[in-house]
Amino acid sequence: MNAVHVLLYFIMSLAAFSVCGMMAMWVDRKVTARLQFRVGPPWYQNFADFAKLAGKETLIPGKASIFMFVFAPVIAVTAAAMCGAVLLLVFRTGFGFPGDVILLLYLLTVPSLAIILGGSSSGNVLASVGISREMKLLLGYELPFACALIIPAVRSGATTSLVEILRFQQANGITLGSISGVIGFLIAVFALQGKIGLVPFDLAEAEGELAGGAFIEYSGILLGLFKLAKAILLIVGPLFVVTLYFGGINFSSVTGVIAGILKYLLILVLFVLVKNTNPRLRIDQALKFYWGWMTLFGIIGILLAVKGL
Amino acid sequence: MSLKIKALKKSLWVYHMSGGSCNNCDIEILACLDPRFDIERFGMTLVGSPRHADVLLCTGIINKKCVERVKEVYAQTAKPCVVVAIGACSCSGGIFRDGYQMGGPLDKLIPVDIYIPGCPPKPEAMIAGIVKLLEKLK
Ligand code: SF4
Repeated sequence: MNAVHVLLYFIMSLAAFSVCGMMAMWVDRKVTARLQFRVGPPWYQNFADFAKLAGKETLIPGKASIFMFVFAPVIAVTAAAMCGAVLLLVFRTGFGFPGDVILLLYLLTVPSLAIILGGSSSGNVLASVGISREMKLLLGYELPFACALIIPAVRSGATTSLVEILRFQQANGITLGSISGVIGFLIAVFALQGKIGLVPFDLAEAEGELAGGAFIEYSGILLGLFKLAKAILLIVGPLFVVTLYFGGINFSSVTGVIAGILKYLLILVLFVLVKNTNPRLRIDQALKFYWGWMTLFGIIGILLAVKGL
Repeated sequence: MSLKIKALKKSLWVYHMSGGSCNNCDIEILACLDPRFDIERFGMTLVGSPRHADVLLCTGIINKKCVERVKEVYAQTAKPCVVVAIGACSCSGGIFRDGYQMGGPLDKLIPVDIYIPGCPPKPEAMIAGIVKLLEKLK
């Protein structure tokens, strides 16, 4: 593959993941509405939101550092779409691309970093409270998330290559079929909940008290890009978990694709249920949750995985 | 009708600004979001920051402390935005029109697009007002 191919591939996966991500966001909003006995928005709602934001005026606050303020959303979208591109390459194993777990761990951190950069460059006090929470949350969930990544890596014979992990699952059954797998899966779901910023862990943008938190000064297309990054993360994060714990998605047959979509929807519905049955945590509670229970279970899970359970 | 306006009509994000109301109008606004009325069906949601807003809902007489703030919030809102005066207070002053702290009514300070009278207006009245607003957006 030369540079043009890579670029084209990236743009295609960006487009595909944007569309899928917005649909996933709609599923989230619709299920939430149904759980609250409401009707909920129509299916094209998130596309309309994005189109509207693209057409609106983009304000740059006087105190902001313009370069960082404008580029932070772009970085967020690029990194999120890059994760998607890597995962797609892994699913279509023909390219001989190993797809490293650690690479994805890095890439998934970048959107949060971009939020921190963008929020801190906007020069707003509420935004700075939001980014301080985002930063603590990032420190909080990275630790259990790393544990959740180590478990399948250890189980498939100490490899960090996603393709190897997929092969191992094809040969020996999915990771979720073991005790350590179940523990790791639950940890991964909770960590992703924090990464995507869904309700029990949405303290960085806390609509109620911080008025949008890190995004407070963003308007127009820049805000749209951040929303897009969140939408892409909402699809990439669960797909990553599907790869590690459910044996990935098989694109070679129709049943494989349908099974893959069902696996994805299972995780999404789990997210939405957790989101709708829990109030927002304080930042110290969230940190205690991640560094206490989740990490403890993570270490137990790793020990079990080393024993081969 | 351009795509821009079409998308705007399908996705109105509302910023709610209270300029010294008795809090009754504010409660009725929240009643629009409940299962009975559910304006999220039409893509409307409450947002926390005026930068994200398309609609500025103002309630209450704008009291003297709020005058500068209301102008500021209007300036901060990303255009195109519409301003809605909710309740007798922000339309005309209502029962507080002769009060010593009266700084409004709203249309003395910023351009208002639609008025929804009532003390407080019912959620139905607000939705009727929004429908008129959607017809006006062209
Ligand atoms: S219009 Fe009536 S209900 Fe609304 S803020 Fe004024 S006094 Fe209160």
